[in-house]
Amino acid sequence: MFAIITVVGVDMVGIIARVSAILAERGVNIASISQTILDEYFTMMMRVDLSGLKVPRADLNTDLEKAGAQIGVKVTLIHEEVLKAMHRI
Amino acid sequence: MIFTPFEIRETVRMFSLQKLDIRTVTMGISLRDCASSSGEEARRRIYDKITRCAERLVRVGREIETEFGIPIINTRIAVTPIALVAEASGDSDYVEFARTLDRAAKTVGVNFLGGFSALVQKGCTNGDLTLLSSLPRALAETDLVCGSVNVASTPAGINMDAVRRMGQIIKDLAGRTAAAGGIGCAKLVVFSNAVEDNPFMAGAFHGPAESESAINVGLSGPGVIKSALEGLAGAGFDEVAETIKKTAFKITRMGELVAQEASRRLGVPFGIIDLSLAPTPAVGDSVARILQEMGLEHVGGPGSTAALALLNDAVKKGGIMASSHVGGLSGAFIPVTEDEGMVEAAERGCLSIEKLEAMTCVCSVGLDMILVPGDTPASTISAVIADEAAIGVTNHKTTAVRLIPAPGKVPGDRVEFGGLLGGGPVMAVNPLSAERFIARGGRIPAPVHSFRN
Repeated sequence: MFAIITVVGVDMVGIIARVSAILAERGVNIASISQTILDEYFTMMMRVDLSGLKVPRADLNTDLEKAGAQIGVKVTLIHEEVLKAMHRI
Repeated sequence: MIFTPFEIRETVRMFSLQKLDIRTVTMGISLRDCASSSGEEARRRIYDKITRCAERLVRVGREIETEFGIPIINTRIAVTPIALVAEASGDSDYVEFARTLDRAAKTVGVNFLGGFSALVQKGCTNGDLTLLSSLPRALAETDLVCGSVNVASTPAGINMDAVRRMGQIIKDLAGRTAAAGGIGCAKLVVFSNAVEDNPFMAGAFHGPAESESAINVGLSGPGVIKSALEGLAGAGFDEVAETIKKTAFKITRMGELVAQEASRRLGVPFGIIDLSLAPTPAVGDSVARILQEMGLEHVGGPGSTAALALLNDAVKKGGIMASSHVGGLSGAFIPVTEDEGMVEAAERGCLSIEKLEAMTCVCSVGLDMILVPGDTPASTISAVIADEAAIGVTNHKTTAVRLIPAPGKVPGDRVEFGGLLGGGPVMAVNPLSAERFIARGGRIPAPVHSFRN
């Protein structure tokens, strides 16, 4: 079961490391990453596999949100089915 | 990454910035098999059936919300019009039935339950009459129950006896809830050509021709549409319509996804998506602001009807492609107190009831959530209902009236209901009398073009 995590915020050292650590701790495998910096804004999109998730989904959502707040980035998680429904016929 | 960054960003923005959400997941439940010659037995069956069928509804709604990241604002229930269910009991009033529905709704955890209703377009049965006379107490003395009465249809014409009664009932209900600004009337809708699968309150009921149960989903996305138009200053209407259509498609796909998932998890058949644009009082969630974005100085000015006609039509075209089953009201809603753009226009004196009436000819609902002076005569309210009924019946569309005569208030006074019901100014009503007109009663016959056999 795949989801897309987006991380947007002011660039700083350690963003990828921080987010990846949270995912790894919770059994979420990263399938692919794309990341770029636009006008000093860090934008990362990760395609992740939630099938091995070790904690409740709600906890994952909260943990990502909290971590994002701590390092000054906005983290959102969108189920791939949502993107498929909206952008593919 | 099988989606482009553009697509991902667009979706993220819709949820985080533009207030895209599922307004309601509504479970329709048939109570036809709960009828009994004993009122007490019928109520016991009603309570058991609702609490059994909808036991997991709220929880599943939250699960889907968490897993898909799509906010689901409300979970609700719609039942068979109670006049049909309670009639066999011979009870002299149905207030206890309303209390039973209220209890069941609270047990299950939904925030509204619709269906304390009657379908009287052709005339009233004894059960219908009992339901009508129970309405003021039933809605004043319960919290979560919503009611509706269908007084007209294109094939049947307009039941003017019922129209006269509804003016009186609305005044009575307002008086009973005067301490809260007449809020009881926010839970009562008078319909023409009511649909049987509308998931929105207060007019939701599970029509008598519906199956055992169904999951119907109501959308919301005015903010998304407005944002989509923001880049189109100066563009022609062709491009405006096309943009709205494509955006409505994307919004509706969310509803389809949630509806299919809710249906699967609850084991209840998927009914329909109602692809209406339903505003809330929150900033960024207004249908009126879409019309302003199209170029109107304020909603209510010249051009408002044309703008709304375009919006309503484009929403339907995009939404129909996006869903396997479309139903309900499916268009643009223009409830005054529930839309901050409408409220501002009303406060500035830009919006009149007459203009709203014109706008109801081209959108999905009618005169909705409009505060009128507390001393508005019942016959005037009935006449307004008759006007809306005529529009609906003549044009083969659903129209409705949800007027709130605010006790003790005059035009310009502000009434606040709070939450999704919002608040706003009392609007002026034409003071000319319709007393003699409404006193006639009887039926206005069906229009000639309704005869299609």
